[in-house]
Amino acid sequence: MRRDVFQALADPTRREIINLIAHQTLTPNGVADSFDVSRQAISKHIKILTECGLIVINQKGRERFCYIQPDKLEEVSEWLDGFRKIWEQRFDRLDHLLHKMKSTTKTKPK
Amino acid sequence: MKNKTIITAEPGKQEIFITREFEAPREIVFKAFADPALLAQWMLPAEHKMRIDYMDYRTGGSYRFIMPDANGKEVGLFGFIHEVLAPERISKTFEYEGLPEKGHVALQKFLFEALPGERTKVTIHYICESVSYRDGLVMSGMEQYSTICHNNLDQLLAKGI
Repeated sequence: MRRDVFQALADPTRREIINLIAHQTLTPNGVADSFDVSRQAISKHIKILTECGLIVINQKGRERFCYIQPDKLEEVSEWLDGFRKIWEQRFDRLDHLLHKMKSTTKTKPK
Repeated sequence: MKNKTIITAEPGKQEIFITREFEAPREIVFKAFADPALLAQWMLPAEHKMRIDYMDYRTGGSYRFIMPDANGKEVGLFGFIHEVLAPERISKTFEYEGLPEKGHVALQKFLFEALPGERTKVTIHYICESVSYRDGLVMSGMEQYSTICHNNLDQLLAKGI
């Protein structure tokens, strides 16, 4: 099965894992402790994230730690698209509202 | 023809800039951002029903919004208003509730510039505590957008296409 960043980010649990380790360095078990699902399920998600290059696991002494690979996220040229679309849609609604506000101000000056 | 939304989030930086021009005078645009009843009309699609728990938009004031997240669960967003200078700028903090860790606060500045011909340029400047927090914020946008897409898809399917 082909692994890419979008596939990795398509799953909400995987996005939560990324958000979690973006804020703190954790062991795979540490990640699993933050979720209500089984360790096996989390370990599968971590495997997919590793295969997509979004996280790496490094051995440090006796422990293994998950690290985020922000460069990989930057590589996704469309990574801003979702954010941009939210604001574009917001501003479209704002355009309509401003249009209404302008016509009310003209007919009923306060 | 819609005005263009320009978003800048340079790799490795803690900032996001959003710029957009509007066909309305500055006082009106400012009001649409600072008046809770008006803000609730455009921040989220009507079916998402953003609620305003409280919003005291003045220097030293605070606010809390309640909105559905990607899974339809309600999520709070709160912060404090550092400065409201009508009709020029608003500076506020914001933090999402329900994150695995508390205290991830970001600063958001809104700048309203009057342009010739009764037009207004709005710049929204986010300053985040870390690059990873900023990247997470952009990604949570992706998450919200996919929900919106799914909802639109549901509506289309309901229409029987």
